Amino acid sequence: MPQMNMIQAINSALDVMLERDANVVLMGEDVGYFGGVFRCTDGLQRKYGEQRVLDTPIAEGGIVGAAIGMGVHGLKPVVEIQFADYAYPAFDQIVSELARLRYRTAGEFHAAVTVRMPCGGGIRGGQTHSQSPEGIFTHVCGIKVVMPSNPYDAKGLLISAIEDEDPVIFFEPKRIYSGPFDGEPEKAAVPWSAHPRGDVPAGHYTVPLSRAEIIRPGKDVTVVAYGTMVHVAQAAVAHSGIDAEIIDLRTLSPLDAETLCESVNRTGRCVIVHEATRFGGFGAELSATVQEACFWNLLAPIERVTGWDTPYPHAFEWEYFPGPSRITAALRRVMEESR
Amino acid sequence: MMKVPRLHVPRPPARPGEAPDFSYLQISPAGSLSRPDVTAPLTDTEFLCTGMVRVLDDAHAAQGPWNPHLEPQELQVGLRHMLLTRLFDQRMQNIQRQGRISFYIRSLGEEAVSVAQTMALRPDDMLFPAYRNQGAHIARGHNIVELMCQCLSNTKDPCKGRQMPIMYHWASGNIFSISGNLATQYPQAVGWAMASALKGEDRLALAWIGEGSSAEADFHHGMTFAAVYRAPVILNIVNNQCFAGGEQRSFAARGPGYGIPGIRVDGNDFLALHAVTAWAAERARRGAGPTLIEPVTYRAAAHSTSDDPARYRPKDDWQSWPLGDPVERLKQHLITIGEWSMERHEQLIRELDAHVADCWKQAQQAGTMTEGPRLDPRTMFDDVLAITPPHLLRQRQQLDQEIEPFT
Repeated sequence: MPQMNMIQAINSALDVMLERDANVVLMGEDVGYFGGVFRCTDGLQRKYGEQRVLDTPIAEGGIVGAAIGMGVHGLKPVVEIQFADYAYPAFDQIVSELARLRYRTAGEFHAAVTVRMPCGGGIRGGQTHSQSPEGIFTHVCGIKVVMPSNPYDAKGLLISAIEDEDPVIFFEPKRIYSGPFDGEPEKAAVPWSAHPRGDVPAGHYTVPLSRAEIIRPGKDVTVVAYGTMVHVAQAAVAHSGIDAEIIDLRTLSPLDAETLCESVNRTGRCVIVHEATRFGGFGAELSATVQEACFWNLLAPIERVTGWDTPYPHAFEWEYFPGPSRITAALRRVMEESR
Repeated sequence: MMKVPRLHVPRPPARPGEAPDFSYLQISPAGSLSRPDVTAPLTDTEFLCTGMVRVLDDAHAAQGPWNPHLEPQELQVGLRHMLLTRLFDQRMQNIQRQGRISFYIRSLGEEAVSVAQTMALRPDDMLFPAYRNQGAHIARGHNIVELMCQCLSNTKDPCKGRQMPIMYHWASGNIFSISGNLATQYPQAVGWAMASALKGEDRLALAWIGEGSSAEADFHHGMTFAAVYRAPVILNIVNNQCFAGGEQRSFAARGPGYGIPGIRVDGNDFLALHAVTAWAAERARRGAGPTLIEPVTYRAAAHSTSDDPARYRPKDDWQSWPLGDPVERLKQHLITIGEWSMERHEQLIRELDAHVADCWKQAQQAGTMTEGPRLDPRTMFDDVLAITPPHLLRQRQQLDQEIEPFT
């Protein structure tokens, strides 16, 4: 089976879908001739032509607005927003239009647009190239929100997203584009070729949306994470020696609450990990969901391990980032402070 | 002493109690502007964004190279659509005043924009309307019972009770859904047109926004994408004077800055509107790209049923509007060319009035806000996503328990 990093896996998903479905069109800033700032669309314009892989003006609101019109006319546009931090000019088009079109027309119109955007920090990107705004999008009804943690899932989920009839916001954690990252920036980079999920089939396959995956079974505590933080959580669990069950959500909305709550009902403890800021974040929704479904089985308060409630600071990236030590401390608290 | 610059805060030419003042409006004589070839270079079209394309003169005759030479029968159909739009509006306004719908927006004084422009296109061209384009639905033959049912949010409402009144859509008539977030349809229309070109079709898209919402970023996005990809799209800024009144400026003149021809047109002149739209449509279908059209008109009615214009502008100011009433002007033109009469006009009004009244009876049978059948509230969970996910099914169950004792 071919070895792919996440960039190659995403490229392969786009390649497969451009090949299979004549209605699939890629569009975004520099996605064509140049192949994308992170190279995710490298070579695709050469292969499929300028009519299928469109370089666009620097106007995220215009890109999404135009993609909606194309979707209404039966195309399946896959939009790249160069950084998730740049999505805000498109927010009205995503929230009021893309997410609501099917509803407000009682199903007569819809636009099956996939919006890809690299997210997250750890790349010295400062506050405008490091954000994790998934919680802003999970609050919006009418769109699906996905964030893969490895090349295999990235390709399978992206194919599912493009084939889906609903609009999908597809977050790509850029820190793990080239290799898994355990949260220790001083350690040597590890390539995806050393990871089992770097084995990616060359052809078409799907990973279903809305299905979480238990990536490590355990009995003492459930750790819920997605994207980069799956790997950081794994490292923290290994370091702590605690028998934790780790769940990779993969799709944040609609949420696979069943897998999550079934796990917490077994373990009695829950630690939620995300890189995004804490207040009003997606972790709060996860925490409330777990509390409602698992209250009588909980042995300790639910913990959230997150970025601080500040903008992403350039010079203090690693003090901001919820690394393994912050996660380990939370794991120890839920074990020690149990009833 | 040096003069300190002060912030310019624009104000309309006249407020309540003052005489209406439309002296700022620059009007070209009917027939005075030439008609360039649709593939003419931009510089050869620039006079069109400062002048005003007009066909009907003060004696109600058609003048000059923009005369579309429409058959009298087509003009009569146009007059009928405009009159029906006006009578439909009037009826819905009254119904709102009786408290039987929550809200309404009339298009009084602007009927020619929707009707003439729609009639200049093919039925398979896609329309992206704004608030006062109900005339497009009527010109495309949308049964007004369905429009009424939309306003009533009743059991035959195509929106299933999810949108405020007037937020119509009509997929089979190729008319897009209206958004309350103004101007969002501009880049969407451009995207639709881009898709049309990508698919190798010769269908085009047309969008309307008001001069007020041309301040939105979506205007700039739409214009930029239309220009870059030479999309087969007609973009309109309907200048009904509400935002720009008193400021002498051309919105059409924004076009050439983007590389797009701009045409300022008498928005109350059915023939001129038809002609410039047909010009832009031919241009789009020949692959020459987009056109920006500024129909200059006047919003004779309130913004909506939620405001009273007597509080912010002179009463009866429409009577002083230099471009007159679009319905009256087309009527007089038809009479002048011997294809219409006052008798026929009065008879048509009676006929359309009866039609509207009959439609209203039919619409009410599908329910009103206060009586008759009502949409099942459980349907509110449908169409959020293509397949209703588990958490929404649970919420629907919860609603079931809440409403059960009452049903």
